[in-house]
Amino acid sequence: MNKTVLKALIPLVLFLSLVFLLYNGLGKDTRLLPSALINKPVPTFSLPSLLNNKTLSNESFKGQMYLLNVWASWCPNCRVEHPMVTEFARQNIIPVYGLNYKDDDATAKAWLNQFGNPYSDILVDSKGLVGIDFGVYGAPETFLIDGDGIIRHKIVGELNPQNIQNELLPLIEKYKNTIK
Amino acid sequence: MLAEIGQFTLAFGMLLASLLAALPLYGYFSNNEKFMHTARPLAYLQLIFLLVSFLILVALFISQDFSVAYVWRNSNLALPLRYRISATWGAHEGSMLLWLVIQTIWTAAVAFYSKSLSRSQVARVLSVLGIISLGFTAFVFFTSNPFLRSIPAPFDGNDLNPLLQDVGLIIHPPILYMGYVGMSVPFAISIAALLGGKIDETWIRWSRPWTNAAWGFLTFGIVLGSWWAYYELGWGGWWFWDPVENASFLPWLAGTALIHVQAVSEKRNAFRGWTVLLAILGFSLSVLGTFLVRSGVLTSVHAFASDPKRGVFVLTLLAIYAGGALFLYALRANKLKSQGGFQLSSRETLLLANSIIFSVACFMVLLGTLFPLFFEAFGKKISVGPPYFGSMFFMMMMPMAVLLPLGMYYRWQKDELTRVLKQLLPSLVITLVLAVVVWFFFKPLNLKASLGVFGGAWVFVTAMFYLKDYKGKLTRAVWGMQIAHIGVAIYLFGVSMTEHTDFEIDSLMNPGEVKMVQGYAIEFKGVEVKQIENYRASQGHFVVSKNGKIVAEMNPQKRYYPKRGNPMTEAAIDPGFSRDLYISLGEQINDQGGWAVRIYIKPFIRWMWGGGILMMLGGFWAASDRRYFRHAKLLKQKNIDKYLKA
Repeated sequence: MNKTVLKALIPLVLFLSLVFLLYNGLGKDTRLLPSALINKPVPTFSLPSLLNNKTLSNESFKGQMYLLNVWASWCPNCRVEHPMVTEFARQNIIPVYGLNYKDDDATAKAWLNQFGNPYSDILVDSKGLVGIDFGVYGAPETFLIDGDGIIRHKIVGELNPQNIQNELLPLIEKYKNTIK
Repeated sequence: MLAEIGQFTLAFGMLLASLLAALPLYGYFSNNEKFMHTARPLAYLQLIFLLVSFLILVALFISQDFSVAYVWRNSNLALPLRYRISATWGAHEGSMLLWLVIQTIWTAAVAFYSKSLSRSQVARVLSVLGIISLGFTAFVFFTSNPFLRSIPAPFDGNDLNPLLQDVGLIIHPPILYMGYVGMSVPFAISIAALLGGKIDETWIRWSRPWTNAAWGFLTFGIVLGSWWAYYELGWGGWWFWDPVENASFLPWLAGTALIHVQAVSEKRNAFRGWTVLLAILGFSLSVLGTFLVRSGVLTSVHAFASDPKRGVFVLTLLAIYAGGALFLYALRANKLKSQGGFQLSSRETLLLANSIIFSVACFMVLLGTLFPLFFEAFGKKISVGPPYFGSMFFMMMMPMAVLLPLGMYYRWQKDELTRVLKQLLPSLVITLVLAVVVWFFFKPLNLKASLGVFGGAWVFVTAMFYLKDYKGKLTRAVWGMQIAHIGVAIYLFGVSMTEHTDFEIDSLMNPGEVKMVQGYAIEFKGVEVKQIENYRASQGHFVVSKNGKIVAEMNPQKRYYPKRGNPMTEAAIDPGFSRDLYISLGEQINDQGGWAVRIYIKPFIRWMWGGGILMMLGGFWAASDRRYFRHAKLLKQKNIDKYLKA
């Protein structure tokens, strides 16, 4: 084979690896990503709040069991999920905090004004650095964190009645003794 | 009964597609004229059968036949007639059927306008198109059949997704598909040429109008999609770098590169291999887009039904079409050597630079879209948001804008930079003056916006000078090119102004309250509840005035469709030449009728779409150049000459 033909084979090889990759992506359900952080302590963070001038860190949540919902105004699925988050927060089972991910403060606030704010408080992670520590794959994602500061569950994608009923509520029940 | 007929015509269409895929190609390889002759009639028949199949689906929607599963899932008794018609392509199955019909329309068009090609060329091109429609007909028939019954028929149907109950969505998919599927024509032409083992300028010239036309439709489809997102999603944005949007943008970028490289390839006999590769890339990206949307590998706002079986099917089609094409390309690589020599300082180089900029942009968008998948393959997780795409795209488009005029002014083969710069000097001066004027008028403009305005002005001024100083006849091809370039200029200006000087406020407004926003007095009159067609709306009433004169009365709505729970935000927009006023309703805040209200002022946002429409018109205008049609005559003349010589 001469050089021209070998060079001309490059696109084909690139393309075949792409197909392989896509096939690989097909088999997996993107919503069932395991998190390496399950049953591990929450990464340390210290982030400003979107709603006031306070800074929130691990200390601020001590003794609380809460949901940490990763969202952004640029994320269409967060809009889809929003009524569900609002409904869950309204039931007052455990508090819901937001992690505003790679977002602009003004747009995020505007988003909340338009759709309502279900969150007890909101962490601002404008560069997405804390998101990396948490292994955030994309918005929306939701973490369940118990009173000892241990991550107990992670939901990739939207909250819905099924995963709240079948995944979150049993775990909340199981770990409620960690609430101080 | 009707549904069964639809199913039958679809199956028969599949049979015709397989004949079209096989017979003419067989005729070509066995040099059998009779078989080659079947290409055109088969292409027309295929169109007729699939069109009937599609019209039957429309009829099933109009007559509300809920025994057909696809109809009851996407329509109901209260749905107005226009949306019942557009519901035909409102979900996966029907929209794939529409895709097919459009595929056969392009195929029939190729059959009709291919008088200047030889019989064996026509046979090959149409056969390749037949192979493509065979794959997609099988896809519809076996995995996404819209004619399946569910007995007993429910009394009432579900509903069409309210987001899709909108005029924009009646026309957006068909136009976008015209572009998507149209990319299959330059693809088929390239494959047919590779099969024959020879690509000469006749082939390239012949594929140019098709590429331009498909690109024009694609441009318009994207503009419509952006416009729809802007007024329907209610958050004032016009492009979200959502995977589905990217899916339509990728073939556009490849197509843009292709159009420019075709010019070199035809006129200068250079970059032949690159032209073929871009043609393959353009259509492969269309199919990849389909895969991304239909397979559910990436989640998106367009949430079409996703099903791994369909994903596998489309991925297989992609592997066969693109893989086969690239394999063929590698086999023929030796014959694609280009002869036309040129120096570094020439128009060839600049057009190559253009195609590289667009290919790199295309690659970057693809990378951003697939990034989560890449990382997943390595067990890591990452997300890519609009900030990545935004800054990446800006960095790509600035060199594009700076180099664009040079590409027009440089001569083929060999030129001097100093000569070109001397010629461009007056344009540069005027551009700087324009940019400074704009800057002072709208200051403060940030760096990105200033650069964008400069780039837009630069392209605009040079395009104008080009037309003014053009020696020789201004053909449609030249006009088309400059119309499209002026479109680029206007787009750049619009996008810079909209993105960087827009203004928004959110506030609680009580009835009777007046807000002053950039010289506009916006009075909130209150919200009333109305029943309109198939939804209930809380409709706000705003009176906007400037200097005491009423400018607009605006009625944003919050809509509730009973079949689906979520409320929909319907923004009110007062469009204008230099700005849009955009008001959307949030939630009711208090019992005194106070609402959360969001007000935007979007400067020059219409210019952005206007620029896109000019690009489309440029594409169509260039496609209609007489040069492409005169060719039939020339060919006859050539044959006579040859005959006389012999």
